Amino acid sequence: MTEEQLRAAAASAVQQALALGATDAECTISDGSEFSVSVRLGEVEKLKEADSCGAGLRVLLGQKQGSSYTSDLTPEGIRQMVASAIDIARITEPDPYAGLPDATELGQLTADLGLASDLTLSTAEKIELAKRAEKAALSLDPRITNSDGASFDSHSGTRVFANSRGFLGSYRSTSCSLSAVPVAKSGDRMERDYWYSIGRDHTTLESPEHIGRVAAERVLRRLGARKIPTQQATIVLDPRVARSLVGHVFGAVTGDAIYRKSSFLLDKIDQLVAAPTVTIVDDPTIPGLFGSSPFDDEGVPGRRNLIIENGVLKTYLLHTYTARKLSLKTTGNASRGLTGSPGTGHGNLYLEAGTMTSDEILKAVGTGLFITELIGQGVNTVNGDYSRGACGLWIENGELTYPVAEVTVAGNLSEMLKNILYIGNDLEFRGSTSAPTVAIGGMTISGVQ
Amino acid sequence: MSLSSSFFGLKFGISERDLDRYLAEALGRGADYADLYFEYLATSSISIDESIVKSATQGVSLGVGVRVISGERTGYAYSDDLSPAKILKAAATAACIADSPSKVDTVGLTPSLQHDLYPVLRAPIDQPLEERVLLVKRADAAARAKDARVIQVQGSYADSLRHVLVATSDGKLSFDRQPMARLNVSVLAREGNGTPQQGYSGGGGRVGLDFFTGANSPEAYAEEAVRQAIVQLGAVEAPAGESVVVLGPGWPGVLLHEAVGHGLEADFNRKGTSAFSGRVGQKVASELCTVIDDGTIDSRRGSLNVDDEANPTRQNVLIENGILRGYLTDELSARLAGGRSTGSGRRENYQHIPMPRMTNTFMLSGSSTPEEIIRSVPKGIYCANFAGGQVDITSGNFVFSASESYLIEDGKLTRPVRGATLIGNGPEAMQYISMVGNDLKLDQGIGICGKEGQSVPVGVGIPTVRIDKMTVGGTAR
Repeated sequence: MTEEQLRAAAASAVQQALALGATDAECTISDGSEFSVSVRLGEVEKLKEADSCGAGLRVLLGQKQGSSYTSDLTPEGIRQMVASAIDIARITEPDPYAGLPDATELGQLTADLGLASDLTLSTAEKIELAKRAEKAALSLDPRITNSDGASFDSHSGTRVFANSRGFLGSYRSTSCSLSAVPVAKSGDRMERDYWYSIGRDHTTLESPEHIGRVAAERVLRRLGARKIPTQQATIVLDPRVARSLVGHVFGAVTGDAIYRKSSFLLDKIDQLVAAPTVTIVDDPTIPGLFGSSPFDDEGVPGRRNLIIENGVLKTYLLHTYTARKLSLKTTGNASRGLTGSPGTGHGNLYLEAGTMTSDEILKAVGTGLFITELIGQGVNTVNGDYSRGACGLWIENGELTYPVAEVTVAGNLSEMLKNILYIGNDLEFRGSTSAPTVAIGGMTISGVQ
Repeated sequence: MSLSSSFFGLKFGISERDLDRYLAEALGRGADYADLYFEYLATSSISIDESIVKSATQGVSLGVGVRVISGERTGYAYSDDLSPAKILKAAATAACIADSPSKVDTVGLTPSLQHDLYPVLRAPIDQPLEERVLLVKRADAAARAKDARVIQVQGSYADSLRHVLVATSDGKLSFDRQPMARLNVSVLAREGNGTPQQGYSGGGGRVGLDFFTGANSPEAYAEEAVRQAIVQLGAVEAPAGESVVVLGPGWPGVLLHEAVGHGLEADFNRKGTSAFSGRVGQKVASELCTVIDDGTIDSRRGSLNVDDEANPTRQNVLIENGILRGYLTDELSARLAGGRSTGSGRRENYQHIPMPRMTNTFMLSGSSTPEEIIRSVPKGIYCANFAGGQVDITSGNFVFSASESYLIEDGKLTRPVRGATLIGNGPEAMQYISMVGNDLKLDQGIGICGKEGQSVPVGVGIPTVRIDKMTVGGTAR
């Protein structure tokens, strides 16, 4: 369907809902194409290509709300989706805070955010990029004995949103990525690591040779890993893993977590919650980045929100419902898939860069654990408890030495944020959550006795 | 069942001639194999928060995936429109992958042998919504009534009914109707102005609404969630370092899922990227361990009458008395190895390529009593519940996060400890199992397994086991 047809379908769903007795309604439609190809050991392994679409509807019957979705955008499919939402809204209970944004809050950014580009590569060219990335990884060192492949993925899509308060908006976006996953062997132990690049089109991707080489370097430095003794130590998070820390802060500042009193950052506005060097921002208005969008999933224009400024917690991230629960205004952070009610999302969420290079941070730390991967879900944003599996390299005399694996790092997020010692100048936007190198003191590393 | 009396025959008029035509198009450029996966999925969910049924959602999705295999290559395309023109286009797109001279023709379709593990007469989704709303309201009321320290309760109920039709170029045809229901309760408890603690419980399976009674009633789940949160209120810091670890029965079976299950999926082993690659016949666990993946248990969340490639599910022995017996295979890995699929080909939905996946993975009971096992430990940690895990298939390193644990001191459970991640290496950790209880228990039906971006429902189970050495990631020295 064309963008105009999708907009008409969304507007029609809203109108039909009102005609069936809804007091308010909003409809989201998403339509897109995906392509992915993976090669392994020089041969194409998987190739996938398809188009898909879907619509989601939320209706209010006074203070009751229900929602429905469908993958069928024909007039009959839309009609059934509307009837289904009305039907299920009847069984919910009145919630005085439920509702759409006020008309005055609606709107969209008019600047060009650079979300869409032309995806012009042929299938053969995409396969070639993946093959080159894998070859670069496999040819770096004889210890790289195997490959879990290299992939080129692309996606283009249109998002439409309409509501009964007069909002109708749509935007198109594209993305593509190239990645390589080499496997290295030493003795009877194998290791795997990866590197990737993401862009709005292929012209902004890192070269396949660079991606392959970085992936290879990352896997090689994992070989021969040891466990280390249990101890208190400083950890240094590589940017690829430092992002996760910003993600945990996000989880704790969503209005949903706050009104449910399930956040370690509850009641901390205007208090020092992190080291004074820490500034965390959510900004969906930066052109070209992956978390940008002209409006949120309730039709509210995106804006820059300072979450933590110089260590002080400045705001929670809110959508209409959580804002009303907390007697505040929405911060434009509504996010939803096609099903259900809006939750909290973010645009470009990042920890602001510091001034030190990563080498200077290692020097300043002297002794500690440089972490290149964290695994597991052992993070509790209700009480801040933190305990995750880690691997990386041991830092001695300010230099990276031998690889370390099969240890955990533990602490509590409240203290970890305050114990941030150094922040790197190496912030890169590689997706919608980003951070530079970060050093955190006072962590417990569990390893051997 | 015949095609004409099947869901897709009746509702969409799909005939054997249609299937044959689509498969022929998929094989049109020369290939070894092709299959079609038709899926119709209806879901509903209801949630309660602050004692208000705040939202409810229902919807449907429909589509067909076409796959073509040529050697090790897979081509895949899908359509959310069942018109012949769209399906033929998807088949032609998937066929582009093939460039081999090999050529097969379609053969007549014969319904696959399949189980009848979940003959739910009336799927929950076909019951009145009011009955399902009542489940979350009862859970909320029970949790709040249980203890004054409970400050928040959230309940959610979700069900689905999936109709599937699979047709393959080597003549297999399967139909399945797959119901699923699940009820969850999570609570937050706080003592005075202290730190709030969470508790969580839930359960379900391929069941009707009558499942949610007795031990699976909303009240029972609520009571369990409150119990866990209250226990955590008194928890001390978890120890840091190596420790003897005793796992309680049931959900801690997630250990097997992470430590061995994923590493035994045949795709990784075909490629030689698993820590278990090339180790069939070798000892990979203590001789007390027999680990099974069984997709044929009645009504279980991980069970299937037939897998997503029209192969019947079965009971697969993965490890027998410590010896690695075999891998979990799908159609592609079985073909490449010259064997038969173990019925482990699964996919999240029609938009995804099937992969070897687990179903219900568990360890058989041993001979020790749970009391003996705990009594044998002078100093250690007992883990009763977990919040999930993750594994690096290639190195074999895995973690799982304990959500309810206790110190073991002089053979007795003493103080509860706070959440901590446990880490180990699959092939090593399983060698340290020194006692296996006689109390095998399966989980309550809440497992979701993620792999390469696809989520599928699974089950796990384990008896009480003693592991002589694991690293516990707490903060107490």
